[in-house]
Amino acid sequence: MFNFSAFSLFDAVFIAIAGVTVLAALGVVLFRNIIYSALSLILSFLGVAAIYFQLNSGFLGVIQILVYAGAISVLIIFAVMLLMNRDAGRTNLTTPRTKQLFAAGGITAMMLTALTAAIGFTKWPVAQLQGNDNSITMLAEAMLNDYVIAFEAAAILLLVAVIGAILIAKGVEDK
Amino acid sequence: MIGLPHYILLGAVLFSIGVFGVLTRRNAVAVLMSIELMLNAVNINFVAANKFIAVDAVVGQMFSVFVIVVAACEIAVGLALIISINRQRKSVDLNDFNLLKW
Repeated sequence: MFNFSAFSLFDAVFIAIAGVTVLAALGVVLFRNIIYSALSLILSFLGVAAIYFQLNSGFLGVIQILVYAGAISVLIIFAVMLLMNRDAGRTNLTTPRTKQLFAAGGITAMMLTALTAAIGFTKWPVAQLQGNDNSITMLAEAMLNDYVIAFEAAAILLLVAVIGAILIAKGVEDK
Repeated sequence: MIGLPHYILLGAVLFSIGVFGVLTRRNAVAVLMSIELMLNAVNINFVAANKFIAVDAVVGQMFSVFVIVVAACEIAVGLALIISINRQRKSVDLNDFNLLKW
């Protein structure tokens, strides 16, 4: 699995992007100020978008930047600004009990160990990354042929979610 | 040298970080952000598997698009719920969210 003999520019780019993404994700979890967490989350989303671009799926990268790094992070930051009524440095505290903290860390460490072991023991097919990116054409054909029902259902789901979010956030008026 | 297992490993690490955030944070918005991290990790796995194993198909990217759609809905409704609860309880601490407790 780990063979450092053939080290190319592709690998260096992957390691750099993956490192930035993981560090930003750790920042999301570990920062004490939730504004820093939200900004770190944007960096992590951009790192994932770069991973998509590196995987030759440019359409998903653009979608990731538009939807995650654009819309969702703006939504989160607006919600944080609406909700913040204490001092900002103490808005993102962990659970106060160290026992719970150690339990959560233990569960996470066990899960990560199991996943890493599973990845290490699996016999992966030796495949090369496809050079050209024609996924937009194929995605469009798949969306409007085989998956057209799911596509329309997703549209309805988005509409329902937007209306529901507006209604829930507006709240009922007191009579 | 970098192949499919490394991308899957990156997804596993991001997912574990998200799980740790969900288990330890007290702020409800931070828990939602950790859930977004986990969904991103799953998307990386889908796209990597699509690009390395089924190069002629586009199913993995298709699923990623739908995961992104559902994640957008989830974050919108979740933040609306948190804002609504915050109006009643004046708090975003998950330990104060006991509205369904009788």
